[in-house]
Amino acid sequence: MSAVIDTHDHSHDQDHHHGPAKGFKRWLLTTNHKDIGTMYLIFSFTMFLLGGTMAMVIRAELFQPGLQIVEPAFFNQMTTMHGLIMVFGAVMPAFVGLANWMIPLMIGAPDMALPRMNNWSFWILPAAFALLVSTLFMSGGAPNFGWTFYAPLSTTYGPPSTTFFIFAIHMMGISSIMGAINVIATILNLRAPGMTLMKMPLFVWTWLITAFLLIAVMPVLAGVVTMMLMDINFGTSFFNAAGGGDPVLFQHVFWFFGHPEVYIMILPAFGAVSEIIPAFSRKRLFGYASMVYAVGAIALLSFVVWAHHMFTVGMPVAGEIFFMYCTMLIAVPTGVKVFNWVATMFRGSMTFEAPMLFSIAFVILFTIGGFSGLMLAIAPADFQYHDTYFVVAHFHYVLVPGAIFGIFASAYYWLPKWTGNMYDETLAKTHFWMSFIGMNLAFFPMHFLGLAGMPRRIPDYALQFADFNMVSSIGAFMFGSTQLLFLFIVVKCARGGEKAAAKPWDGAEGLEWTVPSPAPYHTFSTPPEVK
Amino acid sequence: MATEQTYYVPEQSKWPIIATVGLLVTMYGLGSIMVDGSAGESTTTAWVIFMIGSLIMAYMLFGWFGSVIKESRDGLYSPQMDRSFRWGMSWFIFSEVMFFAAFFGALFYARTFAIPWLGGEGDRGSSNMLWEGFQATWPLLQNPDAEAFPAPSGVIDPWHLPLVNTILLVTSSFTVTVAHHALKKDNRVRLKIWLAATIVLAIAFVAFQAEEYVDAYTNLDLTLQSGIYGSTFFMLTGFHGAHVILGTLMLTIMLIRITKGHFTPEKHFGFEAASWYWHFVDVVWLGLFVFVYIL
Repeated sequence: MSAVIDTHDHSHDQDHHHGPAKGFKRWLLTTNHKDIGTMYLIFSFTMFLLGGTMAMVIRAELFQPGLQIVEPAFFNQMTTMHGLIMVFGAVMPAFVGLANWMIPLMIGAPDMALPRMNNWSFWILPAAFALLVSTLFMSGGAPNFGWTFYAPLSTTYGPPSTTFFIFAIHMMGISSIMGAINVIATILNLRAPGMTLMKMPLFVWTWLITAFLLIAVMPVLAGVVTMMLMDINFGTSFFNAAGGGDPVLFQHVFWFFGHPEVYIMILPAFGAVSEIIPAFSRKRLFGYASMVYAVGAIALLSFVVWAHHMFTVGMPVAGEIFFMYCTMLIAVPTGVKVFNWVATMFRGSMTFEAPMLFSIAFVILFTIGGFSGLMLAIAPADFQYHDTYFVVAHFHYVLVPGAIFGIFASAYYWLPKWTGNMYDETLAKTHFWMSFIGMNLAFFPMHFLGLAGMPRRIPDYALQFADFNMVSSIGAFMFGSTQLLFLFIVVKCARGGEKAAAKPWDGAEGLEWTVPSPAPYHTFSTPPEVK
Repeated sequence: MATEQTYYVPEQSKWPIIATVGLLVTMYGLGSIMVDGSAGESTTTAWVIFMIGSLIMAYMLFGWFGSVIKESRDGLYSPQMDRSFRWGMSWFIFSEVMFFAAFFGALFYARTFAIPWLGGEGDRGSSNMLWEGFQATWPLLQNPDAEAFPAPSGVIDPWHLPLVNTILLVTSSFTVTVAHHALKKDNRVRLKIWLAATIVLAIAFVAFQAEEYVDAYTNLDLTLQSGIYGSTFFMLTGFHGAHVILGTLMLTIMLIRITKGHFTPEKHFGFEAASWYWHFVDVVWLGLFVFVYIL
């Protein structure tokens, strides 16, 4: 690479638009929000398959009682890496990819506000995950303490690779913070004339609030892993009671990050579904303003509920009660949102293309996850549920049919805009039904397992749990293998198919449908006028 | 493209990918230094990796900022671009605030809950069975396990060096503001004098902070290993010190740019960003002075 690439003569570059550069340099050096969005989405799906493979290992081991396939130590590495990869590698980058692609198109901006930093945000991720995944091959193995990496499991008893895990988390944090700053600057500064805040599509609104949450809590995650790093390597005692610290302090700081983090993974899905349901109901979104305020309320509440993850840790009763009621309060704005989605569909001219199927499943199944969340929020009841498969069932119900279905719905909804071609509707519906059935088979029995007392993160279990575990594993294999079909559908759509119109969905609204399909390399170089 | 109405979207850039490689190599080197060191192996290779990574990072910072400065001076940035930079810097500083909040939170938690509980307060008295006779005090001059974590013999007196440092930093916040006013009035001589004064105050602060650390390690046995007091003390003051050094570098670069004739009374966001950062560092110090040193 020569040192003059971007310092030489810019004057002639400004007179005309370049198309994409040729070869791999297009992707390595790009500043284009569409290229970067595509890279995020591909990266996210790669991580989804990698994390999914680890889930398959977990479910294969749990297919029958007893130890069959992997050593318990490796099983622990699989549960840890599965969680970390899915949270930081699959779900978050997928939403950032959608944000990169769609926010500039939705608000009529020429690109993201800080395009070079945008590229850096993306490329840090493959580097961070290379570092994280490489810990699997280090002496002592990969992190084995669960994705929540509680001290002292991760400090006193963790493998040597924990230090590299910490630096990988630092890199992911840097990437997320820069990505979020870019999203906020874009939304606040690059809206087309006339696009007032309360005219913005809900996907943009939810991302604005998500970006705020990211900037507020990713540094706290950096803080907590830095304290771990010091405890491990420099003899401090933040999480060691022998020196006056407290392992519970770890949990407080971690969950101060962790709870907003779960909303970071769901709010953009709320936004996407709020675009898709009106489009296929051929009605305006019911209660737009209340939707915006509900998202804001959920985001603010997310900062004062963290200790509901730690009811059994031995908090003062006043703390238990405070966090219990604050948590239940979140049901109110979430209920507003579910009501509005249903009211949008009510008496609409509904059709059931793949994005709509995923969105309806989202509303129903996310609500189930929300209800099990309410059960967990009841402090005395949580003493029974804590660290059982009931918790696993709960968060997989909000993350799989919540976050992941939201991403699938978005992918099908905007694929015609990205590729210029329609995807194969029959295959997409097959993908939906296989995912829907597989996912419910995999995760619904976990509720019963948990209520019966099966602990999570254990490679073996008592005989009475055998039947439900086998059903769960079969469902997991079904869900996992179905995702290869999704890969096939997307590749097929990218390579050709029925040409898509600029607005392939007749109920869809928004600026993104005013540009041709596929969206040209540069869009809205001159901002459109929004009335 | 660079008219008032359109937004400057840079062409392809090599800096992000160089930055990624630099960051990965630096982080891997840093991790290897710690892991190899803990395993009792030689850390030479790890240090070499770390240094290579740091050099790549330094090269990237010069190159990337260099091209941004050039674009700015070529007039490619519209007022809208300027606003993007302002939002970017503001939210970056907010993220830094939250980073420090995590460490302040740890300090408050240890003082308000963890240590009193270890001392047997409230219904958490069971903790006291682990280390019988442990007295909850702050500053913590007697740790629960005195062998694993030998306690410090004393703590830094806030009314000596820390007070001097407080005066230095608060004064520097004033001098940088005076410099900013001089820049807006296009008084370049006054600008240089007051900015240079700010940098001198900053360097004096760092020097006193270093002296304080030497005092803590040699005379007070106040170290990273001396329990939660030492942990929070060095974590908070150490990260603050690192931020002071970064801020000083920013201000120094601004002084160099000013001597080269950069910035106009209207357009000087680089300078403003550095001074915002400097005020942020100052405010964090006030928090440290009150909660770490005095109380």
